[in-house]
Amino acid sequence: MTLTLQEVEHIANLARLELSPAELALYREQLSAILDHFSRLQQLDTSGVLPYSEARQESMPLRPDQARPGLSTEALLKNAPAAEDDQFRVPPVLD
Amino acid sequence: MGVRQDYEAVIGLEVHAELQTESKMFCACPVVDSTVAAPNIAVCPVCAGMPGVLPVVNRRAVELALRVALALECEIAPLSVFARKNYFYPDLPKGYQISQYEQPLARNGGLTIFVSTGEKRVRIRRVHLEEDTGKLTHVEKNGQSYSLVDLNRAGVPLLEIVTEPDLHTPEEVRAYAMALRSLLRYVGANSGDMQKGVMRIEPNVSVRPAGSAELGTRTEIKNLNSFRALERSVDYEIRRQSELLRQGQRVVQQTLGWDEARGVTVAQRSKEEAHDYRYFPEPDLPPLVLDPAWVEQIRRDLPELPAARYRRFQQQHGLSAYNAEVLVAERPVADYFEAALAARPELPPKQLANWITGELFGWMNTYNQSIDEIKVAPAALAELVGMVVSGEINQNTAKSVLAEMLESGKSAAQVVKEKGLRQVSDQAQIEAWVEQVLADNPTQVESYLSGKETVAQWLFGQVMRLGRGQANPQVVQQALQRKLLAIKQSHTR
Repeated sequence: MTLTLQEVEHIANLARLELSPAELALYREQLSAILDHFSRLQQLDTSGVLPYSEARQESMPLRPDQARPGLSTEALLKNAPAAEDDQFRVPPVLD
Repeated sequence: MGVRQDYEAVIGLEVHAELQTESKMFCACPVVDSTVAAPNIAVCPVCAGMPGVLPVVNRRAVELALRVALALECEIAPLSVFARKNYFYPDLPKGYQISQYEQPLARNGGLTIFVSTGEKRVRIRRVHLEEDTGKLTHVEKNGQSYSLVDLNRAGVPLLEIVTEPDLHTPEEVRAYAMALRSLLRYVGANSGDMQKGVMRIEPNVSVRPAGSAELGTRTEIKNLNSFRALERSVDYEIRRQSELLRQGQRVVQQTLGWDEARGVTVAQRSKEEAHDYRYFPEPDLPPLVLDPAWVEQIRRDLPELPAARYRRFQQQHGLSAYNAEVLVAERPVADYFEAALAARPELPPKQLANWITGELFGWMNTYNQSIDEIKVAPAALAELVGMVVSGEINQNTAKSVLAEMLESGKSAAQVVKEKGLRQVSDQAQIEAWVEQVLADNPTQVESYLSGKETVAQWLFGQVMRLGRGQANPQVVQQALQRKLLAIKQSHTR
């Protein structure tokens, strides 16, 4: 199964990635290969098997509602490419 | 421009309510008031979306969600599944929001609302758990344009409550939102502090020819956080869509924002088209399997809910619909009323209710206090009202006594004693006052005798003034009538 270039562009757009024509072609090939792999898995007969999410019937461990401090603001922002006024600074977003 | 009756609106509501927990939904970071806290003081690797971390669900958030779902008479799913809702936006550090999609926590409930046309049950489609996003601030500075990200709110537990499209008027929409807010507060799930954005409402609105069974194209208004904005925006949207259809145009399906200043809805660029969220089950969390005994325990522990209390206050205490509604809206107020009544079961409930909704609410509004903060306990108010009912003090005196009680925290009896405010019903004293007033105002008495009967009311006021407002008005009235009649008779004779 081969993705169209438009589909790759759409996926890139959802991920907020701007791709060059060469990159689009490259990712089209790679993404198509991944889909091919999954379509092989699709051929398995799983009619008797519960979906993963339901197969794990053990009850989920829940956490008591107790707060404890997280990272210091300084540590949190340490690796941010840009920060200002104790916040992450990012390209403009307008709602 | 009035909406002609030939179009009918069909409205559904989505409400996002933050759950009042100590810590976040999937990590132990404290939940802070994001409108006042310094930015990024309650963030850890989990809610910052760092690699290699794992979410763990907050038990209290599940419990509060169950309280709400049960209060909304929903069916609770014995097994529900968390899912990833994928989109890229700077307020969402992981690149996905953990939510519930195909298998929500609860479905098929209902909430009763009371509107001018009567009682109505609004069906609830689903209730599910998710997490809140961070907060973005747009900045224009030194010719640069950028956004700042505060993640304090990212990961705060959020409950989404979705109705069926059962609402048809702005009044119903408002009544539903207010009833839901009241219910959320009753069960302790949400503070109801609308200005802080802890409850956000998104109506979707469509119109269709009245009587038609088909649904029209709908628009969605995002992120409303006041009842006024909700009611106005829905009203505007109904008119706008009706007008389009009347002119033979089509309604475009879109996401709208509400411009409060201009009073209009405006198109918004939507973050993503719905089908591109690429939901899939959250691989880091097993399904949420609920212990039926726990659910039953929560159901048993639910308090009496606002709608039931509203009906009971009218039936059991004979309150008006208005008084019942006002008292019931907030649980502490309803509790206060019932505690006061329990202290003096012989008091007329209506009178007690009027003191609370009148004088007490007036004070609370003026001084911005809640009923838990005022210095007058329920039993103390009941004592005061008891003194009015028995005639010990009159209504006006009681108002100033209550003001003093609210100020100082003293009891009614204390205030009355200290200020010598006890109502004077003593016949001889009151007759003396009446005689003095009549003697001091011969002209007015003359004009009364010549047929100007309204002067009697003025004379009454003079007697009350002389008695510094403490005279029992009924005794004064009777004494005055008697004296005037006597003068009249001696005159004609």
